[in-house]
Amino acid sequence: MSPNVSARAAQPVSTGPVHARPALELQDASVVFGSGEKAVTALAPTQLKMERGDFLALVGPSGCGKSTILKLVSNLLQPSEGLVLVGGKEAKAKELRIGMAFQNPTMLPWLTIEQNIMMPLKIVQPFKHSYRTDKKGAFRDRVHALLDQVGLKDFASHYPWQLSGGMLQRSNLCRALVHEPDLLLLDEPFGALDQFTREELWQIMQTLYLDRKPTVLLVTHDLREAGYLANRICVMSARPGRIISDEPVNIPQPRDIGMIYSPEFVEMTQGLRELIAQVRST
Amino acid sequence: MTDALRIRFLSTSLIIGFFLTWEVLCILLNVSDLVLPRPSEILVTMWTRFPVLWPHILQTLYSTLFGFSLGVIIGVALGVIVGTSKIAYAVAYPLLVGFSSIPKVAVVPIFVLWFGSGTTPAVLTAMVICVFPIVVNIATGLATTEPELEDVLKTLGASKTEILWNVGLPRAMPYFFASLKVAITLSFVGAVLSETVASNMGIGNVMMTASSNFQVSLVFAGLIILALMGVALYAVFSLLERRVTGWATRGNDIAVT
Ligand SMILES: Nc1ncnc2c1ncn2[C@@H]1O[C@H](COP(=O)(O)OP(=O)(O)OP(=O)(O)O)[C@@H](O)[C@H]1O
Ligand SMILES: [Mg+2]
Repeated sequence: MSPNVSARAAQPVSTGPVHARPALELQDASVVFGSGEKAVTALAPTQLKMERGDFLALVGPSGCGKSTILKLVSNLLQPSEGLVLVGGKEAKAKELRIGMAFQNPTMLPWLTIEQNIMMPLKIVQPFKHSYRTDKKGAFRDRVHALLDQVGLKDFASHYPWQLSGGMLQRSNLCRALVHEPDLLLLDEPFGALDQFTREELWQIMQTLYLDRKPTVLLVTHDLREAGYLANRICVMSARPGRIISDEPVNIPQPRDIGMIYSPEFVEMTQGLRELIAQVRST
Repeated sequence: MTDALRIRFLSTSLIIGFFLTWEVLCILLNVSDLVLPRPSEILVTMWTRFPVLWPHILQTLYSTLFGFSLGVIIGVALGVIVGTSKIAYAVAYPLLVGFSSIPKVAVVPIFVLWFGSGTTPAVLTAMVICVFPIVVNIATGLATTEPELEDVLKTLGASKTEILWNVGLPRAMPYFFASLKVAITLSFVGAVLSETVASNMGIGNVMMTASSNFQVSLVFAGLIILALMGVALYAVFSLLERRVTGWATRGNDIAVT
């Protein structure tokens, strides 16, 4: 039933070099916080491999280590054991350009939304190079275009505290996308949104993904979201988490949003639901 | 808005009322000019002696601001060093607290000993006295930066310096400006104090000389000038604070201090 993984990865990537190396690889990576009696295993030794252009959704019960995996990949955490390879090199080498949307939107309170979203352009090459000249021109337009897409164009010059939780989450998404990352790490980016806005953003997300084909690792609690967006879904067990199921989603993209109410789709999400219900209770 | 206006009106009335009461009491109780001159007399003295007082005002202002500027530079530098390193923070904190609890006035005789009397000890006193609140505030602002905010830049591969410039320092700004308000007042006190004991210039010196010549209303004129200068300096820096760090108060208009 599943086409093999490398067939999908062979799709051409529109920008950036095409390497044979996988975009992301966890080799028995585990994370233990603290030591001795107080040690907490946040992530049991985990294997995970993502080819370039993969869109993987990671689901699992709360506290199982999903955010921990994202932090490993973005080099905010080092694995206690094992290896984390990004673009074939250790995470700290920053081989790939990473865009990350944190679970809690962390806009810098002293900057306007526009300035916040522009931050990656100030830090990351090659944008950094021309930041001074472009920040009032091309970069500004790029930020405004993104804000427009997520329905926030009137809020560019507002400060974060003037926005609602859902609006902050949308800005957070813009900030993760603005520098056209090769590897996109999204930690429940649509959690605080109403169903309609959420579905709207799923569609935007899908368009953005199909446009540039970055590698995306999406953490979510919403199985429909996982099924609609991803082409591969991994399920994690309860803490200490491990990946217990890894299944492709064999629905051609772009997908129509109405599809999530089709019987096949409902059946697939039901299957995932039962799996998670099982691992929660064990 | 009407509330703010009313408060402003009331505090102005209070100030005017204070001086009126002073004036009336002096007349009613027949207080001698040599003990407590009436505000009207002080005002006249200030007016007539203004050409003489003006260079001293400038001198005091100069010592204060010069010392304060040096203090800010040193304070920020030390604060950044102490605040960016957890170890430096822990190690240096006891020493900083120790230093800052010395009454800074005690350094005036030392500076006079080293540099003689005049402008130098006034500037140095103004400097030393304002360094510590700045160091402590900058260091606290940096050390209490939420790690989540730094993580945003870390995932982008930012260098330590970039994180300091884009997160640490802006985050410490409210602390910095709050400390400036305190620091400028301290510098002013330090400069005047040093002038009083070891200088032949500045308002502090004017008051000292006037007092030994029993020019009581000139002493009081000096006092009022000092009060006005102090208020002005404080006002300038609290205005600056509100301008620059409005985000920390979420844009709420806080009462004018
Ligand atoms: N800094 C830390 N110190 C100690 N334990 C931690 C730390 N961060 C996370 N943990 C533990 O690691 C485990 C995994 O945390 P993680 O944030 O990865 O969960 P999650 O899967 O993202 O959960 P959720 O879906 O609720 O966001 C949790 O049980 C948590 O208690
Ligand atoms: Mg999480």
